[in-house]
Amino acid sequence: MNESIYRLAGVTKVYDKHQVLALGDLDVHRGEVLAIVGPSGAGKSTLLRLLNFVEPPTAGTITFDGHTFGPEDTVPLAIRRRVTTVFQRPLLLKQSVQANVGFGLKLRGIRQVREEVFAALDRVRLRDLARQKATTLSGGEAQRVALARAMALRTDVLLLDEPTANLDPYNVGAIEAIVEEVNADLGTTVILVTHNVFQARRLAHRVGLLLDGELIEVSPVGEFFDSPVDPRTAAFARGEMIY
Amino acid sequence: MVEPPSLLPEANGLAGNGQAPRLERRIRYAFADRRFLAMLGGRNAGSFFFISGRGKIIRALAGFLHETIMLILSGDPDLIEIVSLTFRVSGIALLFSSLVGIPLGVFLGLRRFRGRRLLISLLYTGMGFPPVVIGLLVYMLLSRSGPLGTIQSEIIPRLFTPSAMVMAQTIISFPLVAGFTMAAVMGVDQQLRQQISALGATGYQTARTVLMEARTGVIVSVIAGFGSIISEVGAVMLVGGNIDHKTRVLTTAIVLETRKGNFELASSLGIILLSLSFLVNLAMMLLQGRSFDE
Ligand SMILES: Nc1ncnc2c1ncn2[C@@H]1O[C@H](COP(=O)(O)OP(=O)(O)OP(=O)(O)O)[C@@H](O)[C@H]1O
Ligand SMILES: [Mg+2]
Repeated sequence: MNESIYRLAGVTKVYDKHQVLALGDLDVHRGEVLAIVGPSGAGKSTLLRLLNFVEPPTAGTITFDGHTFGPEDTVPLAIRRRVTTVFQRPLLLKQSVQANVGFGLKLRGIRQVREEVFAALDRVRLRDLARQKATTLSGGEAQRVALARAMALRTDVLLLDEPTANLDPYNVGAIEAIVEEVNADLGTTVILVTHNVFQARRLAHRVGLLLDGELIEVSPVGEFFDSPVDPRTAAFARGEMIY
Repeated sequence: MVEPPSLLPEANGLAGNGQAPRLERRIRYAFADRRFLAMLGGRNAGSFFFISGRGKIIRALAGFLHETIMLILSGDPDLIEIVSLTFRVSGIALLFSSLVGIPLGVFLGLRRFRGRRLLISLLYTGMGFPPVVIGLLVYMLLSRSGPLGTIQSEIIPRLFTPSAMVMAQTIISFPLVAGFTMAAVMGVDQQLRQQISALGATGYQTARTVLMEARTGVIVSVIAGFGSIISEVGAVMLVGGNIDHKTRVLTTAIVLETRKGNFELASSLGIILLSLSFLVNLAMMLLQGRSFDE
């Protein structure tokens, strides 16, 4: 079995002649929590969109579990469905909470979703709100519903785009605990984008720094914070970098 | 000066000898009521809505609907024929234009391709196209010397039939349905679309979900399409011909009765048209449940 679930080679992304990503190479290990940190506009969300095959790279290849895809390749549905993302904003459908959580399962043609939906809602402690309209939820509740919706799918990879930005400490703690649990219990590979270096330190096995679309350094969490190779990493880890 | 028509049967010299046509008599009876006098003519008509309280308006509205329904239930065959043809023609046209317009709107809203802008400009032109010109085009297409007039086929409607009216009304309404659907679909958050796709949706599933998200706007598109044809005169007059018992609909009947000087009958038909389209719109909204409250 290959120990890397993702292998990126020479990946770039260009929007209207403006180069947003020039990653070089990146390996994501199966079953790890990889945190990507970096200032606003560095290209973190763009990277997640490529990893979820929502958009193709402009150049380079993404290898997922042995299958390699270039800019022109269509990624088969079966592969796409092994990855999902919780975006920066919750992005719920104008339906009930339980309909939202069951949505991805329904897409996969699964009829009986009730049990899975309630199991996922239990994980985020929102069983009581199952029938409520998603449009009436608070910000923290909505983010937890979005997380439950992604977790219900039990994908191999869970991509999280600043899942705790703008949340109160209670919700931050709750979400961090869930992420750790999912990674430990189900072996889900988690790629976590965050502004928060403390969160990266708490959750990640490895941390990568993204600056202006370039990966400056990817190393195990201890090294990243205590003995970084690049001076920019040291500055970022100490919180000296303005962003 | 033209005498305003009186609501009193004697004054018209018609009812006196019992010669007024049955339909006309019945309508006159149903509407000979102060509420309708106030609304239809009268010096107070304008201020009626503003001065009277909400309760009065609702009562008057209920009155309208009640009288209209009574009128229809009372079963004048001529009236029923006209009303049912009106709704049959516009209903079928609306069905066709929704079947074409909604998918087209979704496609234009979601996909980016060469020629999309041109297509959208054409659609916008279609949305504001004078219906009577479309009537003229359909007339020329279907007339004996027109390109379709010579073809003997089941699916090509003949001039002066309800099918020809359906054809004209479909062409009039589908740009509205497609255009408003497109706008509604484009109003759905671009990132939500990516989220739907990231949850594992196929292209078709994404389109369907986006359509559900845009449902309020899609209902509006269908209602706009309906409004554009139920109230339309010129095209149905041209291609239908307003033939009694065959192609006469509410709007063309109103034109005819007004020309003949039967203002009351014309107004009554107008009220029936208004009430029924109100009911249809209400029904469409109720069908969609609470989506307007979101
Ligand atoms: N669809 C797009 N079209 C054009 N430019 C884009 C698009 N998406 C992103 N960009 C640009 O790419 C750059 C990186 O954006 P991205 O959203 O990936 O940053 P980020 O690291 O996630 O920032 P933040 O921390 O603020 O969320 C930005 O300059 C942005 O303007
Ligand atoms: Mg971002």
